[in-house]
Order: sequence, then C-alpha cells, then structure tokens
Amino acid sequence: MQSSVDLSNDRFAPAPRRASVSRKNAGRALVAFASLGLLLVILLQGLHATGTIAAGFSDWRPIMIAYVLWAIAFGVGQIIIRGERGQRALFLLPAVFFTVAVVIFPTIFGLYIASLDWNLSSIDGPRFSGFDNLRGMLSDTYYWNALGNMIFYTVAVLGEYAIAFGLALLLSADIRGRRFFRVVFLLPMMLSPVAVSWMIGKSLLEYRFGPAATLARYLGWENPAFFASPWMARFSIQAMDAWVSIPFIMIILLAGLQAMPKEVQEAAKVDGANGWQSFWHVTFPIMLPVSITVLIIRIIFKLKLADIVINVTAGGPGGATDTVSSFIYRVYRDRSNVGYGTALAMAYLLLIIVLLTLLLRLAKRWTQRVM
Amino acid sequence: MAVTTVASKPVRRHPVAPRAKRMLGRMLIYAALLFWTFICLFPIYWTVTTSFKSAVDVTQAHLIPWVDFQPDWKGWRSLGLSPDTLFGTSTARSEFVNRFVNSVITSVGASLLALLLGSLAAYGLSRFRYKFAWMRNDDILFFFMSQLILPPVVLALPFLVLYKALSLLDTTFGLILLYTLTVLPIVIWIMRDQFNAIPIELDEAAFVDGLSTWGAFLRIILPLALPGMMAAFILSLVLCWNEYFFAALLTSTDAKTLPVMVASQTGSQGINWWSMAALSTAAIAPLVLIGIFLERYIVSGLTTGAGK
Repeated sequence: MQSSVDLSNDRFAPAPRRASVSRKNAGRALVAFASLGLLLVILLQGLHATGTIAAGFSDWRPIMIAYVLWAIAFGVGQIIIRGERGQRALFLLPAVFFTVAVVIFPTIFGLYIASLDWNLSSIDGPRFSGFDNLRGMLSDTYYWNALGNMIFYTVAVLGEYAIAFGLALLLSADIRGRRFFRVVFLLPMMLSPVAVSWMIGKSLLEYRFGPAATLARYLGWENPAFFASPWMARFSIQAMDAWVSIPFIMIILLAGLQAMPKEVQEAAKVDGANGWQSFWHVTFPIMLPVSITVLIIRIIFKLKLADIVINVTAGGPGGATDTVSSFIYRVYRDRSNVGYGTALAMAYLLLIIVLLTLLLRLAKRWTQRVM
Repeated sequence: MAVTTVASKPVRRHPVAPRAKRMLGRMLIYAALLFWTFICLFPIYWTVTTSFKSAVDVTQAHLIPWVDFQPDWKGWRSLGLSPDTLFGTSTARSEFVNRFVNSVITSVGASLLALLLGSLAAYGLSRFRYKFAWMRNDDILFFFMSQLILPPVVLALPFLVLYKALSLLDTTFGLILLYTLTVLPIVIWIMRDQFNAIPIELDEAAFVDGLSTWGAFLRIILPLALPGMMAAFILSLVLCWNEYFFAALLTSTDAKTLPVMVASQTGSQGINWWSMAALSTAAIAPLVLIGIFLERYIVSGLTTGAGK
C-alpha cells in the first residue's frame, strides 16, 4: 500500500484534473435528475401496487431498469463532477451498486418478511405478526435440533482438517507422480454435491447392493444400514461432505507447506528431532496461521451445508441429520411458510455473525501469541 | 537424497538399519497415497461403470467391465445419448440438453459478470484510496468479503418474493444475478491479490505515456492479470455449476439447471440405477475434465484466495 501514495485519492494529493464550475453543476443536475426519476418511478409503482392509482406497470421490473439507469447516471455524474477522482470511483461503484441491490436490500426486505405471518398456500396473504415467528422458533424443537446438529458438523471440520493435513504432508513428501496424485486428490472437490448425493449416498452406501454395504457385510457388520440410526446417519452425511471438501483444505495446507523455508526442517533434523517431533514442534506451529485461516473459511462454508442433506436423507431419521439450511428449505418446500422460514434464517444469520466475530477475535489472539 | 543421508547420519540412534527403515517409510507413504487415490476415484469409477450395467449386474455388485459383466449402453440409451439413439428423437435427451445448456449459460454468465465487477473493484481497491463515510479500503474489502458469510437460506426466501414481483422467477437471468453475488467476494479476493502483485511502476509508466486511469488499466494492467482472471473464472465456474440451493427454490421449468434435474431424478422412487448413473456421469463429466486439465488454475486460484 505504501507505494500507492502518489496515486492515491486522499485529500492531501489534489486530483490532477479539476472540473470547471459549470461542468460540476451540469453533473449535479444529472445526478439529481436521475434520482428524481428513480424516486418517481418507485412512487408510481408503489401507489399502483397498493391500489391507490390505476396507472402503473404490470410488474416491478421497470424499477430494476430504473435502478440500473440511475446507477449509470450516477457514475457519469461522478466523472463530470469530480473528474479524475470520479474515474477512480468508477472502478468500485459497479460492484457496490450490485452488492447493495442484491444483498443489502433483500436482507432488509427479509427482516420485514420475517415479521409476517405469511403462508403461501393459505389464501389470507401476508399479515403482520411482529415477533410471533421468533416466539414460535423458541419452542420449535426441530430448529434447536438442527442447531445442535450444526455443532456436530462444525466440530467435525477438525477431523477433515486432520485428514487434509496428513494428505498435504504426503503430497509434500519426496514422491514420484506428485502431479498425478494432486489432480486425483483434487477431483472430489469438483463434483457437485447433488451428484455426490446420488453417487455415494444413494448408490455406494445403498443397503441392498451398494458396494460399501457389501464390503461392510464381508467385514462382519451384519446390518450395514448407513442411514438408519441417528449417529450413523450423521456420520455418513459428514463423511460425504468431508469427501467433497477435504481437497480444498488440503490444497491450501499444501501451498503453506511448500512455502515453508527448507532450512527450518534441516535445522530440526540437525538438532536430532525425529519425524513426529519435527512435525509437532516445527511444522505445525509454522502452519498455524494458514491452518486457522483455512479452518475459518471451511467453517463458514460448513454452516451453509444443505445440498447433501436435502438429497440423501431429507433431514431424517427423525431430524437427526438436519442442518439449519435443510430444515428451513423444508419449512418452505413442504409448508410454504415463507414468513416463519425467513425468521428462522434471520435468527441463524445473527447467530453466525456473533459466532464468527468471536472466532475471528480468538483467532487473531492465538496467532499473535504464537508469532 | 545423498545430501540428506549424510546429514542424518550423526543422529542415528536406533538399531534398525536406516536403509530398511527408509524403505519401509516410503512404502507406507505410497500405500497411504494409493489408499486415498482409491477413496477419491472409486465413487467416480462406480458411477461411470454403473451407467453401463443392467439390473443383474447392479444387484450382484459386479465391478469390473468385461470381466464381471458385459457393458451395455442401457443407461445412456435412457438418456438418448447412446450411439444407436444419438441421432433419433428423444424427449429425455432434449430435456437433458436443455438443462445442460441452462447450466452452461448460467455458470458462464455469472462467472463473467462476477469477473467484470470483481476485477474493476479489485483494481480500484489495490491502487487507489477510497473514503466512503467512515469506510476505508480495508473496510470496503471486508464489506465485500462479509457476503461470503451469508447463508443461502437468508437470501432465498426474500429473493423468491422479490423475483416474483420482478417477474424474474424461473429465468436464467435471475439465477445469474444470484450466482454472481455468491462468487463475487472470491473473485475480488483473488483479483486484488493479482493486482497487488503487479508493480505500480507500470501504472506510472503508462501515465507518463499519456494514458488515462482507465486506459492504463485496460491496456497495460489487465493483460498482465489474465492468468489470475483465468483462475478466478474457473473457480467461479465450478462453484456456479454445482450450485443447487437457489436453483432448486427459484426455478421450476424453464431455467432448471443440471443439479436440479439430478436431484429431482434421485428423489423419484424406482428410478433405474443405470440411467441415474448415466445422468450423474454426464453432470460431473465437464468438471472432471476441467479438474484434470485446468488443475493448475484451480490450485492457484484457491491458494491466492487463502494462502496468507
């Protein structure tokens, strides 16, 4: 960042070109005009939708187009008003406008939906109900059960990490055909969880003639039902998710291992450390920052786990494998309960934000202590 | 190898001859590698071979083609993709092709859009200092990255309602917007790293030559960042191709993508294993090919994404 000072946009470095006053006014007029137009279109359609006036569009799509036009006018206005600095702002503005339109606005809208008693299959339509949905959530044992399962799935990330670390160590050892093994180990990550649901969940682990069941019978397990008992089902789902996601952890750890200076290893060897000691006292501590980063990313993705559960067990048996996402999916799919489902999702989002903030804090402290 | 042998000699304490011990160690390493290779490849192998099996071969768990069972085009025939049905008309095939094309359009469209928005933002964040209210560059970057945390369920239902109002339900364009959102943080992260790695002196030289800010970006910096863009593009492609949750909720007939088709077939009872296997094989084949031939880009994309 230091080297970018002379190109910087801050107030100490005046922008190379300054626009004249009349140009500035023209630019401001353009932005103001565009904003007025956007507001007018929204107002018109809003009044039309509530039935106050007859004139209006059949759907809200013109609002979207108006928003895009407004964003373009705003960008052009920036260049006219602020010249060079406007041009620089133009790099960031598209992404910002896009994100605001598809994240911030829907999330706020979601908060509103969360306060509604709204079932798509009932004829009543949405009705404001305040915190009723949240009250319902507190007594919803299935939701709490799903949250409990999430704890299991999240802790299981540590297991995935251990295996991935082992694989990364294997790949960084002095072996032949490293490229082949790396490609092969990477492959599961490329496959869609839905296809994996069928490939492994519905056919390999199939009770009657899946090869895994056959193998289990051969090894002496009388009744190899992978999805019948709650814990077995949870482990099976977790195994499938691990199969898909271990490559991701492995690749990042491998990059970390390869970036590690060779001298450190040599020094440990000279000091008489055996393999385990040099791993535990040298490699592992050096890899700790990378490990924490990858664990946090992995946990973020784990908290979204849904596809495999939806397609293999649909949450069964008795909700034992449910994740929050798959549960909410069924609340919507089976009961069309939009208001309640959104309330659950919002509560979950809040929980995730709190949890991850804590985790990031802790991670920062840990890495600082080690470094 | 010779160097390490010499270096490890003084610390030899165990009575076991080091040579035999190293041999054993190497064998264990290769055994572990082969074991994991088996774990990675067997489900894929099983799916591909099952698509050539008939009912008897499935129930008797035959594994090796031509030895255990005689391969047959059965699964592919049901999809209309076997050699004898390839040129006839087939409703199954036209549905499959339609879903496949949807998947291609959606994932490529979303990846391109994300790459466009993300590269611009990443270049801006790597070269200029922004101040928006209290937000500085790092805050703006965090704002983009924090979108990763958002679980799909939080957005899915509001989007369902919004898309209904916008008439975007069951359209490819609607899906593209959502997928762009899910991969945008990753693209920004990778591309910012890429642009940071390009020396700023190049920008300055371009200014001296009389190029504007955008001219320098488009004509000097962008061509240099192409490998990074490729990595970001392929990673986005993989994520979008495999996305299921939004597609399942927001599409019904027209814009259905391949994962939704696979999932709906899995759900139906009494589906033939061979046709399901053929469908799965066809759904994963493009990505397996990408994985084999473009592995370099995926690895470089992932490692800039989280390597520090």
